Amino acid sequence: MKKFIGFVKKEFYHIFRDKRSLFILFGMPIAQILLFGFAISNEINNVDIAILDKADDKNSKEIIVNLKASKYFNVIDHLQSEKEIETAFQKGKVKAVVTFDQDFARNLQRPETSKFQIITDATNPNVANTITNYINSIVVKYQMVNLQQDPPPQLVQSESRMFFNPALESVYMFVPGVMTVILMLVSAMMTSISITREKEVGTMEILLVSPLKPSTVIAGKVVPYIFLSLINAIVIVLLSVFVFQMPIEGSIFWLVTASLLFIITSLSLGILISTLSSTQQTAMMISLMGLMLPTILLSGFIFPIESMPYPLQLISHIIPAKWFIIIIKSIMLKGVGFSFFWKETLILVVMTIFLLGLSIKKYKIRLA
Amino acid sequence: MSLQISDISKSFKDLKALKHISLEVRENELFGLIGPDGAGKTTLFRILASLLLPDEGQANVAGFDVIKDYKQLRKNIGYMPGKFSLYQDLTVEENLNFFATIFNSSIEENYDLIKDIYVQIEPFKKRKAGDLSGGMKQKLALSCALIHKPKVLFLDEPTTGVDPVSRNEFWGMLKKLQKKGITIFVSTPYMDEAALCDRIAFINQGEILQVDTPSAIVKNFAKQVLNIQTPSIYKALRVLGSYQHTHSIYPFGESLHYMDSRKDFDWNEVLNHLRNEKIKDVEGELISPEIEDVFMELSRN
Repeated sequence: MKKFIGFVKKEFYHIFRDKRSLFILFGMPIAQILLFGFAISNEINNVDIAILDKADDKNSKEIIVNLKASKYFNVIDHLQSEKEIETAFQKGKVKAVVTFDQDFARNLQRPETSKFQIITDATNPNVANTITNYINSIVVKYQMVNLQQDPPPQLVQSESRMFFNPALESVYMFVPGVMTVILMLVSAMMTSISITREKEVGTMEILLVSPLKPSTVIAGKVVPYIFLSLINAIVIVLLSVFVFQMPIEGSIFWLVTASLLFIITSLSLGILISTLSSTQQTAMMISLMGLMLPTILLSGFIFPIESMPYPLQLISHIIPAKWFIIIIKSIMLKGVGFSFFWKETLILVVMTIFLLGLSIKKYKIRLA
Repeated sequence: MSLQISDISKSFKDLKALKHISLEVRENELFGLIGPDGAGKTTLFRILASLLLPDEGQANVAGFDVIKDYKQLRKNIGYMPGKFSLYQDLTVEENLNFFATIFNSSIEENYDLIKDIYVQIEPFKKRKAGDLSGGMKQKLALSCALIHKPKVLFLDEPTTGVDPVSRNEFWGMLKKLQKKGITIFVSTPYMDEAALCDRIAFINQGEILQVDTPSAIVKNFAKQVLNIQTPSIYKALRVLGSYQHTHSIYPFGESLHYMDSRKDFDWNEVLNHLRNEKIKDVEGELISPEIEDVFMELSRN
């Protein structure tokens, strides 16, 4: 036990004296979560639009006021004719133009002929779609509230309600993903690098000649990173709760437990990588290419697994991140109990035991 | 016997690093393994330290088999690899403490053993190992290898890349350690260090050429050595290279060492031959052979 504590102490010296790895450890999570939270998002906010109001009546003016009042749109231009629409788009100033025909108010009563048009700049189709939906919903809402039409103009109107993320905040989707990527990165890459560093520098030779057991060396390498990764997980959760107002619906206990489990899975992957590579460079390459990319692409973090081709769906099953993302989404967003994600947890546990066993078995007690 | 090596062979792919090596090192001996780079010294050290498995043969260190009893063996040996292998980002003191801890020991427990060495680096104990000079690093590495009071100490080229003064000091320390009952197995490419060992073994291209005390090795050497000095060393080397009676000729420091193929020979004849070939300022004298001469002779065959 004394040996083990001595070893862990040594590891902490390494970590805290290496500015670069410290930066990766703590700078990256914060940078990533802020980046994903603020910059990369599917939501629209403060979109510049223009209006071509030929009707110029009470109804159209009220709708324009509603558009202006929403936090989504800024009306920056009032166009005079259809000709100006194209130039407005070409200048790139506006993302959408809303036009009202002269007899808009009359037609409002008869929806099939209603002359109201949304023209969007579809260079980014997703944004264009979202803008159209938002504008539509503002107009429909206006119709319902102000025109006292008891059956609303459309005979069937679908009303969608977004569960678990009612405002469709993209940060809610990104937090579980970013957390997964970061835990994977910190745990797997940092441990594999720190073990291969010993090989490269030659200290592994001395460790091997010492009476240290392989399990002590591995545990000594892993424990500091469990600790640091857990701190990272907590930082990410705190950031998402306090900066992005993300709710945590489920139990904190399960959130921590699941994170801990996933950290250990990643660490055992890291150890496995270190047994396969003899230089820090290779370890880093394997971690990045072999772990990071699948974690980002195939885990359901960015691209939904359901829409992948079948072979990729099969591959996604062996990616631990996929299961972890399901678990933390269940905990953070759905707020469901353990009975809803025990299967995923079990899969992770089995993966971890397998990887840990494999890496201890592959750990060499000699040099070659 | 502290070390028993019998018939050890080891290959790396096509390279035969060690060919049927057998060697014995006595209790409390300072034994030197002498040979050039690539002779197989490090491979042998790693096998003895249980870091590599031999393809053939057996070896015993302090009574422990290097293959079967590697766990016990590792508790009883100290090993200092050729490359500086301590943690460069840890201070002198932290390194020492770490190695003491993993061997279940402490600096205080075996302080008497490392005292002579450690006092020299103690003023720098808060300095990071990576910032030490070559000689200091070596002293720290030796302290770390000794911290658990090993029975046998393996030092793989400890003086490579160390200045002559520190090298001398280092050998002085080894002598002191030997007095404390530790068997020391040391390798070096420097022939002049061989004379400081109790016994030496010559190794070249994976084979042991000769094992004996340094004085006996020199004394039993049958050939006479002619030391030739001239400003035009390279020309003289070429001339004697094609001389009919030449047994061997090679540069030795700033002069040439010449051995004749005849049993008795007149060395003036050799010098005159050089003068006849228009080599200027040739001077020479017969000298008693040095260890390097013996090694050169042995590695010719």
